[in-house]
Amino acid sequence: MISPFLRTAAAAAALLAGAALVAPAADAQQPKHGGTLRFVMKYEPPTLSALNNTSTPTTSSKIWDGLVTYDIDLKPLPMLATSWSLSPDGLQYTFNLREGVTFHDGKPFTSADVAFSIMRLKAGHPRGRGTFANVTEVKTPDAKTAVVVLSKPSPYLLVALGPSESPIVPKHVFENFDVATPPGPPQHIGTGPFVLKEWVRGSHAVLDRNPNYWDKPRPYLDRVIIRFMPDAAARAAAFEAGDLDLGGLAPVPLSDMERYKTHPRLAVDTRSFAYTGAQHQMFINLDTPILKNKKVREAIAHALDLQAIVDTVFYGYAKVSPSPISVALSTWYDPAVQARKFDVDLANKLLDEAGHPRAAGGMRFPLRLLYNPFIDARLAEFVRQSLRRVGIDATTQNLEFGAYVKAVYTDRAFDLTVESLTNVFDPTVGVQRGYWSKNFRIGLPFSNSAHYENPEVDRLLEAAAVEIDPAKRKQLFSEFQRIVHADVPSVDMISPLEVIIANKKIRNYARGAEGLGDNFADVHFVD
Amino acid sequence: MLENRRLLRVLRRTVVQAVPTILGIIVLNFLLLKLAPGDAADVMAGEFGAATEETMVMLRQRFGLDVPVLQQLLAYLGNLAQFSLGQSPRYGMPVSELIGQRLPSTLMLMGMALAIALGIGIALGTAMALTAGRWPDRVLSVVSLIFYSVPGFWIGLMLIVLFSVKLGWLPSGGQETIGAGLTGIDYVLDRLKHMILPATSLALFYVAIYGRLTRAAVLEVASQDYVRTAAAKGLPPLAVTLRHIVRNALLPVTTLAGIHLGGILGGAVVVETVYSWPGLGRLAFESVMRRDFNVLLGVLLLSSFLVIIANTLVDLLHAWLDPRVEVR
Repeated sequence: MISPFLRTAAAAAALLAGAALVAPAADAQQPKHGGTLRFVMKYEPPTLSALNNTSTPTTSSKIWDGLVTYDIDLKPLPMLATSWSLSPDGLQYTFNLREGVTFHDGKPFTSADVAFSIMRLKAGHPRGRGTFANVTEVKTPDAKTAVVVLSKPSPYLLVALGPSESPIVPKHVFENFDVATPPGPPQHIGTGPFVLKEWVRGSHAVLDRNPNYWDKPRPYLDRVIIRFMPDAAARAAAFEAGDLDLGGLAPVPLSDMERYKTHPRLAVDTRSFAYTGAQHQMFINLDTPILKNKKVREAIAHALDLQAIVDTVFYGYAKVSPSPISVALSTWYDPAVQARKFDVDLANKLLDEAGHPRAAGGMRFPLRLLYNPFIDARLAEFVRQSLRRVGIDATTQNLEFGAYVKAVYTDRAFDLTVESLTNVFDPTVGVQRGYWSKNFRIGLPFSNSAHYENPEVDRLLEAAAVEIDPAKRKQLFSEFQRIVHADVPSVDMISPLEVIIANKKIRNYARGAEGLGDNFADVHFVD
Repeated sequence: MLENRRLLRVLRRTVVQAVPTILGIIVLNFLLLKLAPGDAADVMAGEFGAATEETMVMLRQRFGLDVPVLQQLLAYLGNLAQFSLGQSPRYGMPVSELIGQRLPSTLMLMGMALAIALGIGIALGTAMALTAGRWPDRVLSVVSLIFYSVPGFWIGLMLIVLFSVKLGWLPSGGQETIGAGLTGIDYVLDRLKHMILPATSLALFYVAIYGRLTRAAVLEVASQDYVRTAAAKGLPPLAVTLRHIVRNALLPVTTLAGIHLGGILGGAVVVETVYSWPGLGRLAFESVMRRDFNVLLGVLLLSSFLVIIANTLVDLLHAWLDPRVEVR
């Protein structure tokens, strides 16, 4: 049997070379066994599993496999499923499962586990309820075949089955385990390349090599240590001291990144990964009377220099992403949607026309500008200053996360909010929630905070959600992007790059679209 | 006999005072926490980056947030009455277990920091007092002023840069060499190595305080009649200093150290963060951010116990240092 990863190995090597990491061809052929990878995460999740939690893609995939995994272009590759087919009506996915796979506790992996996992993800995963909403049942005609039956076509289903999003868990362990409780160490049993050995809360988790992994001779590493370090300076110090090998999501301050680029031991790897679909946008509260006027919203968009945001706030580690669908989702982003020209005069003119002349003191009207505290506060500061230039007296408020979520999504006590509604791997799953009128839900985090209502947009989103022809679906999303861009319920700004810092001696840590959600089975050290 | 009866009286008084204090701390903290905008479900759903209304309802149910505040408080107190700190819904494990995992390392860090602070502080203070007005006093005064005014996290980072990054002598963070599986003396040495930098960073601020305090107290005591008498009867200067001066000068220092114990517990958050040290301070801080109130209340409860115990110990220490002090 040909390993699915052999095919990706070449692609990964090419990528690494592209990222200025010199990867001699010989390494890809004869990786050496052994070594401990020290991986850092910023925050400690309540569980390492992605079964009912979406903050854990980079830990879950090491312990649990998915049915499929992806190459860098989001093309599905075999993982626990060796092959699959879709019925012509788009209502039945048949997965043929891998033989001879066992869970960490020695029990065999069968189609019953697949059926159980998918229904459990539908019941308990924060995104799973949406992703698997159309799944009516999973049939298991035999131990190595699983048939997912849908009530409506779900074109995004196959991209939702990666290990970092939809882990396949053992039925015998989770059957009697509460749907909503974060799985603890006794439940950390999967088929993945690494086995949980120890988890010291607030400090680290130790994962040991799974000697019975189906993808022999992988995994190459003996051990992966995941350290949870919330302080950027501490992470930087640990990297410098040689205590860490790998970290994602810009583990050290971007302002320090130049230093790491010339570091003898460490490399900076900047890519964007389609599975994350990173996107920062500013939602405009359409319930605010002044902002109901489209000219005002356009003026706000014209007042922002997106390229300057990329260059200054993000030190160049981002891309301008002017459409509601992130440029990171290259399959769906429509390049015809371009950023509004940065033009202070035009913005001023539009605001004058909208009937908001500058009063004494030079300001036209005040606005409350909030920002998600997980985003660099300087982005909100940049927006604030840009708006003041055109006479909008924006005031920012620094709220910690719980207070922020309540202010925006429950109290709606904001006019503009700089958000980070990531697009994840598919617009139906990641983008629709922000613009679909039926998802205007008071009290629901990351819903339609602008209170945007456009029947045509609703129709396009709903049609795209069940369209199985990729070309037609792309067209629907293109139209959606053009309409939303014209309506300006949000100013879509930038897509931050992943920014990984890695020990120069490690290879293949992010082979596919899942980025560091890779299962690390192919990670190895070179001399 | 007399000593023992006195001790018992102290303990009884402590318990009588502690119960209402702790109850007050719990109720007040509980209500204060409820004032914070957003709840655990908001935070958790926010961290997920996605949620449905059903998820929110489910989360609130599981966190026990779907009932009125008063009922939540009563439920919590009911749990306490059965000696249970409750469950952390976020971690899906008992609060006592979460705290139990972190308590030993926190106490060790605190103990070591306090030992460093007292040891160096008293030594510095004595040295300053004995050379009062001369250059060693001036230099040490400036040094202690620097310790006092430079923020702990910065000192911490600079220590890491010097001792871990540049010299490579000590680890940059954490509380042990992860996964090394050390045992016996190696294990103890490894833990000590990891503790030196955080304990020092935590201690420096208090070194300055104890230094200044000791200096003032020693100067005051040194001018007392009995010190002159001791010198007059021919005792060597070292004996006079140690037995007659420093011992008496320790009283204000120990009082303050008792008070500081609580402060160190809270102030350790910064140092714990810089050194990625899995301590109670960070657990408490993160519980606030995540609105995981069961955990937070558990930590606060424990901290109030610790402070009360520490104060009792200081009372007893006083009685020992100065027989004139009657433990009331």
